[in-house]
Amino acid sequence: MTQISNPLLRVDNLTMMYGDRVGCKDVSFELRPGEVLGIVGESGSGKSTLLRSISAQQEPTKGTVQYNTRIDGVCDVYQMSEAQRRLLMRTDWAFVHQNPRDGLRMNVSAGANIGERLMAIGDRHYGNIRSNADAWLGKVEIASERIDDLPSTFSGGMQQRLQIARNLVTSPRLVFMDEPTGGLDVSVQARLLDLLRGLVHDLNLAVIIVTHDLAVARLLSHRLMVMQQGKVIEHGLTDQVLDDPQHPYTQLLVSSILQN
Amino acid sequence: MLHAQNVAKSFTLHTQGSVTIPVFQGVDFTLSGGECIALTGESGSGKSTFMRMLYANYTCSDGSIRVFHDGDWLDITTASPHSILEVRKRTMGYVSQFLRVIPRVPTLEIVAEPLVALGAARDHAMDKARDLLTRLRIPERLWQLSPLTFSGGEQQRVNIARGFIADYPIMLLDEPTASLDAQNRATVLALIEEAKGRGAAIAGIFHDHETRDAVCTGSFDVTSFKVGAND
Repeated sequence: MTQISNPLLRVDNLTMMYGDRVGCKDVSFELRPGEVLGIVGESGSGKSTLLRSISAQQEPTKGTVQYNTRIDGVCDVYQMSEAQRRLLMRTDWAFVHQNPRDGLRMNVSAGANIGERLMAIGDRHYGNIRSNADAWLGKVEIASERIDDLPSTFSGGMQQRLQIARNLVTSPRLVFMDEPTGGLDVSVQARLLDLLRGLVHDLNLAVIIVTHDLAVARLLSHRLMVMQQGKVIEHGLTDQVLDDPQHPYTQLLVSSILQN
Repeated sequence: MLHAQNVAKSFTLHTQGSVTIPVFQGVDFTLSGGECIALTGESGSGKSTFMRMLYANYTCSDGSIRVFHDGDWLDITTASPHSILEVRKRTMGYVSQFLRVIPRVPTLEIVAEPLVALGAARDHAMDKARDLLTRLRIPERLWQLSPLTFSGGEQQRVNIARGFIADYPIMLLDEPTASLDAQNRATVLALIEEAKGRGAAIAGIFHDHETRDAVCTGSFDVTSFKVGAND
């Protein structure tokens, strides 16, 4: 019984086939503004396929993705014009990749990485762009003096924070994250989690986060979807799914966590 | 404030040969404003399980749990995740035995958070958090540190401060005085009395008789609903 008013995103019967192989199958859900949805499951369970299909990066075999745009209201993401979709992807949406190198331009400075998204939406005043970029470096805890340095001189954790700044500078309402804490060591992960949780709350971001780390899912997400072999096998309140899992696979997943 | 009707719970362990473990069935439980009911029963009888069901942390196998929320009754066994999160934000607080927080976040922020989430002014929430931490004898030098580095008793008190800051109409307390010394136990008892005084409906699990006798207005024995208890 879900009764959700004004969803930001609505996914219906999304199916992605690779020939005869199932990428993901019959996935449906809604997401509200400010809501964080975690998608968990083992490698190959279809999490990233699903994320790519929802975020207009890979057209699904079947099903629809509808998004409540700021200007035109509810639109089917795969029915809109290429120009419309590109605008959506670089303004109202953001995509945080597991590997910051996939989300950053490594051969331009940190400041330019942030400024580029602003210029893409029409900002032309150099002073404004630079001060905005500087403010965002501060929010993600990177020192101002690094603004002209190349991302390749940054540590992995800093690169990931820079990628987040680059993505959030256009004030998106929906952020897709694919294993954002994946390649980071534990202390850096904690810092990033704290940062993400603060930003999600302060900016009222809706987030779809793919992770195989159940602790990350517990700390960040309101709702959780568990995937196995391309299908959503359990979906509900995060702590209910993790503490009282009903499906055999979810029980296996939860009971496999190492205790420390 | 809260009505549980004909509630049943069993766990099916799929990873262990699909054994089904029945916990209890046919539980009727009512909690009203101003009372503090002790959930009793021997260890393993399902007290904590029942409390987790009241908080919708565990699902129900059968029955309904209705909670008075925003002037209306809501059955949390069928409510959407979104509604349950709203109930937890505004109506029902839960002090568990475990502290689950992101490392690095200062204790003061963690305690103030539920009140900030309710829309209270940040200054007011911080003042109240300081007040609670002081009453619970957490030294001020620790307030800016993450509680994950604290001792078990200190973490428990941070949990209590966080649980009591928002004046929830319904409160669930899972062994709030376990691992506390006499002085701190007295503070927790005072907090429970104050909550009762403002009309909160409280259900608690207390490991010692003195605590139970001091604050509880009644008790509810979970054991009698154990599957097979009346066979």
